[in-house]
Amino acid sequence: MSFPLAASSIHVTLGEVAAALALVAIAAIASRSWHAGLEEDIGIAVVRSFIQLTAIGYVITVIFDEDSALLVLALISVMVVFGAFTARHRAQGVPGAFWPLLISLGVAAAATLGLVVGLGIFDATPRYMVPVGGMVVGNSMTAAAVALNRLGEDVHDQSRKIEATLALGATSSQAVTPLVRRSLRSGMITLVDSTKTTGLIFFPGTMVGMLLAGADPTDAVRLQLILLYVLLGAVSIAALIAITLARRNFFTPAHQLRDPPVP
Amino acid sequence: MLFELEDVTYSRAGTVVLNRVDVRIPVGASSVVGPSGSGKSTLLRLLNRLADPDSGRVVYEGTDVRERDPLALRREVSLVPQLPALIDGTVHDNVAYGPRLAGHSFDARSCLELAGLDPAFEDRDAAKLSVGEQQRVMLARALALEPRVLLLDEPTSALDRAARDAVETTLRRLRARTAISLVLVTHDIDQARRLAGYVVRIDAGRVTGQGPAAEMLDEAVPAIAAAEDAS
Repeated sequence: MSFPLAASSIHVTLGEVAAALALVAIAAIASRSWHAGLEEDIGIAVVRSFIQLTAIGYVITVIFDEDSALLVLALISVMVVFGAFTARHRAQGVPGAFWPLLISLGVAAAATLGLVVGLGIFDATPRYMVPVGGMVVGNSMTAAAVALNRLGEDVHDQSRKIEATLALGATSSQAVTPLVRRSLRSGMITLVDSTKTTGLIFFPGTMVGMLLAGADPTDAVRLQLILLYVLLGAVSIAALIAITLARRNFFTPAHQLRDPPVP
Repeated sequence: MLFELEDVTYSRAGTVVLNRVDVRIPVGASSVVGPSGSGKSTLLRLLNRLADPDSGRVVYEGTDVRERDPLALRREVSLVPQLPALIDGTVHDNVAYGPRLAGHSFDARSCLELAGLDPAFEDRDAAKLSVGEQQRVMLARALALEPRVLLLDEPTSALDRAARDAVETTLRRLRARTAISLVLVTHDIDQARRLAGYVVRIDAGRVTGQGPAAEMLDEAVPAIAAAEDAS
């Protein structure tokens, strides 16, 4: 099925976009007056978001016009690779984190997009696959990065306990099992909590976007629910696969910590 | 020989910790003695493959340890680390951990008793015990694996004198009641004298002597003990 979109979408001028920067200017002034040191980061965020979103806007326009499944696949693949690179920087305490991240994001994207198309929720057209794929990869990347970052910190902090467990004949997987549980929870808890409070404390982006574009509220809510459920599944898959694949990188094949505690 | 280290070198983060050492450790109670940072704890970790040397061989009962299954080796040659590192849960949970992994039966109360701890401690929260009690739970959970060799890394360094004496009594009783061999790492020459029949002396990653305790510890080499007592 495909959701009815508003026949007349709103038109936004560059001047209106520029006017929205007024609030950003206030934030920058506040940062400066409080010596928070965020002005430069705010400036970089504004410039990067403008360039990146404008560029992806042109790319999406081309993909929509071409209506090519191969182009959609290529775009999502690029997102997965960039997502894995970005998440790797956040998970620096995890040796060889890139491949677990790449595989986890790829599987999460393929599984969720395959499911929504297979169940007939969305048509396999660029108009649906590109935005849903982007959301899935983005949220999965954050979850996997948070989970791996937590795992890396915990393995480092608890290396004495892990090695003491290995000394009792535990495998490397058994030695990190308690840490894996905590890391998985860390990766998922943000999305789980925001899903719990959605509609009460905040309106999620897709719903807001559809309402602003003139869609029927019932359709906006249902589409948002589908996306929330898809994201919950994708985030779980990504965090689970990333942790499962990355945890063995802390150990040698002989179940030794690669970075043992200092005696 | 129980263990033989043949021309073993081990480095960590670019620093040579053990430099071409040759060590022989017989069956019985042995001690590796040296100052802090001399490489003695690292040597202990090589004996049950918690680490592998960069070069050289570690031989246990005639076989290179790399030819053995590391998990089976660690159950047979069990290491008790310097500081207590218990899993969350009760004393029983800790004592049961190793045997359950190996699928062995065990008697938690007799392990606790052998480690010098009242069996009534079995249901207590391990995190709420004193450091001395936790150290004996570490010993009990290693004993629950029924190892043939016990590797002890400075087992009394975190304890006061009374707790230290209790652990030493426990180890002597253990030797008297079982056929278990002990390899004790310590910076305390007097403790080595009290517990070990064979001594390996190590300093700055090199072996400076090894032989029967009576010969090795009667030498006029008080510098190590004096330096440690002062620190």
